[in-house]
Parts: sequence; C-alpha cells; structure tokens
Amino acid sequence: MTTTAFLTDATLCIGCKACEVACKEWNDVPADGMNWSGLSYDNTKALGASTWRHVLFLEQPIVAGPQLADTQDPFRWVFLSDVCKHCANSGCLEACPTGAIVRTEVGSVFVQPDVCNGCGYCVVSCPFGVVEKRPDDGRAFKCTFCYDRQKVNLMPACATACPTESIQFGPLDELKARAKNRVDELQHRGYADARVYDPQETSVGGIHAFFVILGEPENYNLPPAPEVPTLYLKSAWTSALVSGAVLFALMCLAFVWR
Amino acid sequence: MSAPRNQRASEERLLEIKRLAAENAPSGKHPSTPQIQGRDSYYHLPALKPPAWTWEVPLYFFVGGISGVSTCMAFVAQIFSAEPQLIRALLWAGFAGAAVCPVLLISDLGRPTRFLNMLRVFKWRSPMSLGAWILVAFSACVTPALLSHELILRGFHFPALGAARFTAAAAGALTGLLLASYTGVLIGATAIPVWIANRKILPAHFLTSGLGGSAGMLELLGFFIPATQLLGFAAAGIETLLEILFEVRKPVANAPLHHGRTGLVFRAAGILEGPLALLLRIAWHATPSGRRAAAISFLLGSLLSRYAWIWAGRASAKDPAALFAMQRRGEMKP
Repeated sequence: MTTTAFLTDATLCIGCKACEVACKEWNDVPADGMNWSGLSYDNTKALGASTWRHVLFLEQPIVAGPQLADTQDPFRWVFLSDVCKHCANSGCLEACPTGAIVRTEVGSVFVQPDVCNGCGYCVVSCPFGVVEKRPDDGRAFKCTFCYDRQKVNLMPACATACPTESIQFGPLDELKARAKNRVDELQHRGYADARVYDPQETSVGGIHAFFVILGEPENYNLPPAPEVPTLYLKSAWTSALVSGAVLFALMCLAFVWR
Repeated sequence: MSAPRNQRASEERLLEIKRLAAENAPSGKHPSTPQIQGRDSYYHLPALKPPAWTWEVPLYFFVGGISGVSTCMAFVAQIFSAEPQLIRALLWAGFAGAAVCPVLLISDLGRPTRFLNMLRVFKWRSPMSLGAWILVAFSACVTPALLSHELILRGFHFPALGAARFTAAAAGALTGLLLASYTGVLIGATAIPVWIANRKILPAHFLTSGLGGSAGMLELLGFFIPATQLLGFAAAGIETLLEILFEVRKPVANAPLHHGRTGLVFRAAGILEGPLALLLRIAWHATPSGRRAAAISFLLGSLLSRYAWIWAGRASAKDPAALFAMQRRGEMKP
C-alpha cells in the first residue's frame, strides 16, 4: 500500500474541534476531563493518552508597525490541530522493548494495545511529547492514524469530519507537494511567515503528519530541531563500556594490593 | 501654536513612522499581514511528556548497580584467590539483586501480567529491551555461580564444579557490569534534555555508584580489608570530581540539577557520596566505625542520587524554553 500522510493547515483551521470530537467518538477514546485551563479556548492543553487530536489556540501579539497598533486587533488568532507526527525515524518505535509499536503498511506508527505492557519507555523517547501512559489502564496510547479505517480505504475520522479541509489526508508525496504549493501561495498573498513544519534535516528524517504554520514552530510547541533518541546510543554505550573496563581494572588493582 | 498632544510627537517621530511604514510596506499586490515575533512556547506548556516511572525504577537502578558490581567483584576476588567468605557475600548480594530487580521492574509496569512480553523480541537499539535481556542473563549467571561456590564451600570437590564456578562468575561479571551501567544509557538515550546532556557521564556515574555501594556493603558486613578501603576511596573520589564538575559546568539543560527540590536532593546526594564519604574515610580510615560511617554516607547518597536523576528528568520535560533553545543552538546533536 502507498504511504499516507496528514497535512494540517493552520491557515484554514477555524478552531471548531470537530477533529477532536470525531477522533474521540470513532476511536472510543475516554474523556480527558472537564477542566477550564484559562488558556484561550484550549482546555486539553496538549496531546496525550486520551487526546489524539489537539486544537491549539494561539493569541499572538502583533508587532508589525505603529501604523497598525491603534487600528487593528491587538493580537492575531491562529488555530492548529496537532496530532502524532508518525515520524520516518520514530523514537517510540525504536524504544519499545515488547515490539508493541510497529510500522504499518501505510507507513504509520501503531501501538498494538494487546501487546503493550506499559513499561513507559516510549513516553520519554518521543521527541514530540505525544505518546503517554493512561494511568487507569496502564498502557501507552496515541493516534492510530485510524489504521482500522485506512484498512478499508476510509479517511481517518478527523480528516473526514474537518469542515474546512484544514486536515487533509492522502499519499505522502502528493501532500508534500500540496503543502509546498500552499506555502508559496500564502507567501504571495502576504503571509511572509507561512512555512511547512516537517523536520527532514534532523535525525527524525521527516514526519508523516506535517503542518502549514504561520510563525515559528516553537509558538505551536513544535520542536524546531527534534532528534530521535537512538542518535545518543553510541556515545552513551561507549561511556558505559569504557567506564566498565576502567572499573574492572580498578577492582583488579584493589585485590592485587591487598 | 498648540502644544503637541503626545509626548512622543516630533519631526523625528514622524520620520521614524515613515521609515517603519516603508520597512513594512507590502511587497507585490497584496498587503503584508502582521508578522509575529519571538519564539515563545505555547503558553509555556510542556513540549515533552515526563517519565511515568514510579518509585520502583530508581530503587531498581540502585539495587541493580550494587548487585551487578558485586558479582563482578566476586569474579575478581576469585581470580586473586581472596577469602572465600568475601566471595560468598558478594555472590549472595548479586543473587539477592537478581531476585529483587525483576520484582521492582514488573511492579512498575502498567500491565504487570504482561512482563514476559519484554522477552518476545530482542532489539539492539532499545536499551529497555537490552536491559531486560541483560537482567535475564545476569540472573542465569549469578545463580549457578553462587550455587557452585556454596557447594565448594561445603566440601564438594570435582573438577567440573570449579570450572562451572569460574565460567558462571566470569559471565556474571560481564553481565553484572552491563546491568550496573546500562541504566545510564537507558535514560541518556531519550528525548529528555537533562538526561541527553549527561549521557556520557551517567553510565560512569552509575557504575561508580555501584562500586562504592558494593564496597560499602562489604564494610557494613564486616569486611574491613584493604580492597574495600581502596575501592571506597576511589568511588568517593570519582564522585567528588563529578560533583565538582556539576557545580562548575552548568549548561541550560542541567538547570533541574541546581534548582528547586530536585536540585536540593541532587546536591545533598552528591555531597553524601562524594566529599562527605571521602572526608570520613580520610579522617577515620583506621577505625571500623569511621569506615562504616563513610559506607553509609555513600550508600545513602547513591540511593538519593538515582531518585534525583529521575525527578530531574520530570522537571526537564516540563521546560519547553530550555528544550527549544538547546535545539536552536544545535546542542541536541551528538
């Protein structure tokens, strides 16, 4: 099967949270609490074990120039529906000691709930802070990329429910081209800070759920240069083996000197 | 002429406005949209998930460190034909660790009944997978090593027994060292900035902790031999150097090691297993009570420091500003 992808466009999102609702209903995800965060209209705050789509509400101060200060709204409002990135080099998949996390035939990263034993290592290995352990269940959960729906040629629930096509679903290559065209168009229309968020130059090697955003990725809590943790294995193991050898020599010395 | 209504009003200001307007003039047909400045995080909310590990995991790091190094020390003691009772104590420590460690690890799992799933795959690139296999291999080595040693102590003598003890102890030494050090790799190779930044120090730090803990344990059991003294000195000395390193070198990623409750515990742990243990050893090296005090100080510091490292990971995951700044500066590259 072809590798599929999400293109989520902040410039088309109206903050309706239909994606969150559709995801929860289709995947039978538990409620994530009725808590008022006080952070704009965002009450779920981040992706998590029971929040697989998360709509961000950015209220950004405008500092364009003095001629605008008194005449325009004092802030720019931007929305974005965040989701698991389904990384090309996936930290959670590499870390999983049970083989519960697998790469599917559509290129997505899937946690098999019947295999996961809740060791929690994927939680600290995700450079995007997506996968999380559900306390009452004990296992780790995240977006499944609607693997069940894709199996029968249906679009993921969130993309199906999105009323503005802010969430687009399709073949990876096609959507990558579409994202590039969209940014070109936006820049031509004056959105000079429009860009694609897809960290291809880092060890993550690109993501299968990329975004069109306005401004810096940090504003969306998207890491500017995420790295897959396996990158650090070589130096950490070298230290372990070298210091192990030194320790062994030290012990021999101590017992020779007796 | 009426006074200007605005304090800022002046010819210079008008020219400034003209300059700013020119700088922000739309290019092309369409008006420029307002640009957003700054790289603030999203409402300062965490961009990473904190470790979900419970109290069992740092305790496992501590117990695994001591039992792993003890088994290695048992092998070294065998090579240099040390006192059989010393070897016996070390092997029992290794065996006790092999018995306790799986219990601690399994009770931390979200689904403890599925612990065997750890052994359905072998993944070189996952320290958690390797660690599970290391623990299994360690148990499989230390158990026959202890058994054969006990048999030899009880007067059983046949050639295969001696060879079995040597082989099992040698394999136990190797897997023991891996058990004591892999936990540093386990947390070092994650997405948590404070752990990544210290990934080269952590395995050495944890091994030293295990070494001093093992030597201290022997002293508390009454083995006041020169070897435990020397190793106690070495471990406390290395920990003192590390403590100085942490106080002198303070990268952004290490902020959780210096601030708040975690910083306090980390520093207390560092003093207990570093300078204090060293001072106690220097001042009262000739007396068993002095050595016992140094051993207790080191063991306590070693245990506390494992907890401090996990808590530091939690604090680090909750600081998006430090994470993003490190990534922008290229500090997350190896």
